Amino acid sequence: MSEVLKAPLVVEFPFTRSLGPVQSAFLTGLRERVVLGVRTSDGRTLVPPVEYDPVTADELHDLAEVAPTGTVTTWAWNHAPRRGQPLTTPFAWVLVRLDGADTALLHALDAPGPDAVRTGMRVRIRWAPERTGAVTDIACFEPYDGGPAPLTGRTDGHAGPVTGIVAAARLDYTYSPGRAQSAYIAGLADRRTLGERCPSCRKVYVPPRGACPTCGVPTADQVEVGPRGTVTTFCIVNIKAKNLDIEVPYVYAHIALDGAGLALHGRIGGIPYDQVRMGLRVEPVWTQDARYPDHYRPTGEPDAEYDTYKELL
Amino acid sequence: MTRDIAVVAFAQTDVLRTTDELSEVEMLMPVLHSVLDRTGLKTADIGFTCSGSSDYLAGRAFSFTLALDGVGAWPPISESHVETDGAWALYEAWTKLLTGDADTALVYSYGKSSPGSLRDVLTRQLDPYYVAPLWPDSVALAALQAQALIDAGATDESALAAIGARSRQDATANPHAQLSGPVRQGDYLVRPLRTGDCPPIGDGAAAVILAAGQRARELCERPAWIRGIDHRIEAHALGVRDLTDSPSTRLAAEKAGAFERPVDTAELHAPFSAQEVVLRRALELGDDVRVNPSGGALAANPMMAAGLVRIGEAAARIHRGASDRALAHATSGPCLQQNLVAVLEGEPR
Repeated sequence: MSEVLKAPLVVEFPFTRSLGPVQSAFLTGLRERVVLGVRTSDGRTLVPPVEYDPVTADELHDLAEVAPTGTVTTWAWNHAPRRGQPLTTPFAWVLVRLDGADTALLHALDAPGPDAVRTGMRVRIRWAPERTGAVTDIACFEPYDGGPAPLTGRTDGHAGPVTGIVAAARLDYTYSPGRAQSAYIAGLADRRTLGERCPSCRKVYVPPRGACPTCGVPTADQVEVGPRGTVTTFCIVNIKAKNLDIEVPYVYAHIALDGAGLALHGRIGGIPYDQVRMGLRVEPVWTQDARYPDHYRPTGEPDAEYDTYKELL
Repeated sequence: MTRDIAVVAFAQTDVLRTTDELSEVEMLMPVLHSVLDRTGLKTADIGFTCSGSSDYLAGRAFSFTLALDGVGAWPPISESHVETDGAWALYEAWTKLLTGDADTALVYSYGKSSPGSLRDVLTRQLDPYYVAPLWPDSVALAALQAQALIDAGATDESALAAIGARSRQDATANPHAQLSGPVRQGDYLVRPLRTGDCPPIGDGAAAVILAAGQRARELCERPAWIRGIDHRIEAHALGVRDLTDSPSTRLAAEKAGAFERPVDTAELHAPFSAQEVVLRRALELGDDVRVNPSGGALAANPMMAAGLVRIGEAAARIHRGASDRALAHATSGPCLQQNLVAVLEGEPR
């Protein structure tokens, strides 16, 4: 059995999210160093504010300012901060009920050590020097010895409300395609195409994924297929893809490699696009150092009879 | 129309820290075959198939569609998928059988946590506006809950350590467990939680077969009849909730009929030691109830499968006569946000 392949895989996405009126007011407020909550019909003030009452599901819009000071309701000491977290030095995660609020906000507390943190301790917001209208405009909380800080009296009228956020995310993986696909990829490095035969229905799958989707059994019997094959069906591509260095129109085809039980995809070259046809016999064209065929070109053989590939369409 | 529906077979993989050599479908296939073999059913005999998994674990879109290769989805089958723990896939299959549209169902779920950094991956299920930008990881959020419990006087660090120790001790009888026997309580991961309070990170899969009425009796000597299932959810904002309580678990248990008669066994999906404290209180479990004889999630917590495993383990105890009435619980989301409770019974012997 060949070695199982592994490679880094990074998934990154800048999720661009629009805000409703309540979230917009809250994040705009943070940019202006004002903390807004939302009032419920029974008089509670929710901070951070939500658009619908979690108890009654009523729509909420009655904004109210709360103080930038508050009380820790629970905490956890994080001695090894991870990427993306608010502080790079050890800190406490805290839920803080701001003065004037009935619910708690999650954030980080900058403290010298776990012995300096306790439930019930007083804290205040440390604002980020540059604020953009995001929850990270609160840099963190810091210990504070005192009563509720005064309110600014501002609840709306901020110039240029924040209407959206970009929630950047990045996750790192070490991806392995598993045994069957590793063997397939390793074969391609030697310019060989390897399929796997189902022990039950005898069909040869290429690329193999380790299972026969018809019989639901593992495939293990490795079979080399091709290199030549037959075009079973095709389409003519007329729109150029971004960053793709191929002149349009070109032909993209399903190609049943000799010995394979199903067709794989490939581009057809070496023949005018309007002369490609079902049954055309083709062979792979490799470019230097390529990990897979660049395209397939006609072999010059007579076309395959329809009956020889009709089950592979 | 009412129909009695039972779990008639259960299979699971060994849970391992890494399974690089296996794709998801390669990991899954042995349990699918195993669970079918136990009933003598073939794919073509199954009326409905439902699975649970998450693309975020693999880092790849629509990863569940490839796993279908292991089921044998040709000729076409009736199939559905939930992007969460397989316990919820079982719930969907149970409702499908209740309607009478099918007499048997195959439920499976799987998760490979090894390709990514699980603590980071799980942050992506949090509120994207106020919480996810801070990247609070799954252990940190569980630690906030644990501290709230300690402050409330409901537990302390040594009691939490005892939960971890008991779980790993029980797991010595479970060949599929990832951690068993004496396990060091370890250093703080996020205080007050130590490594011993946290679940191992592992890859694994599980599968269950459900059958209705007489079909269940044909397929299993002692079917584990599902007397009720319910699942409930709480507000996603952690600061709105009382983290020392789990009203959603209590309500789900009530609706599932858990409080009508005592249970003898409870398989609780409590990935963190402190969460067992919360669940025992919410479910009013007495000291005479055998909790997590399998070792529970502190011994093996394959993402998206650990909840289905709880139902499977509870059912398996009924199948072999070790339990007559068992409760199974599954959770999803931070700090027990979503909870599912199933009540299973065997007929008198």
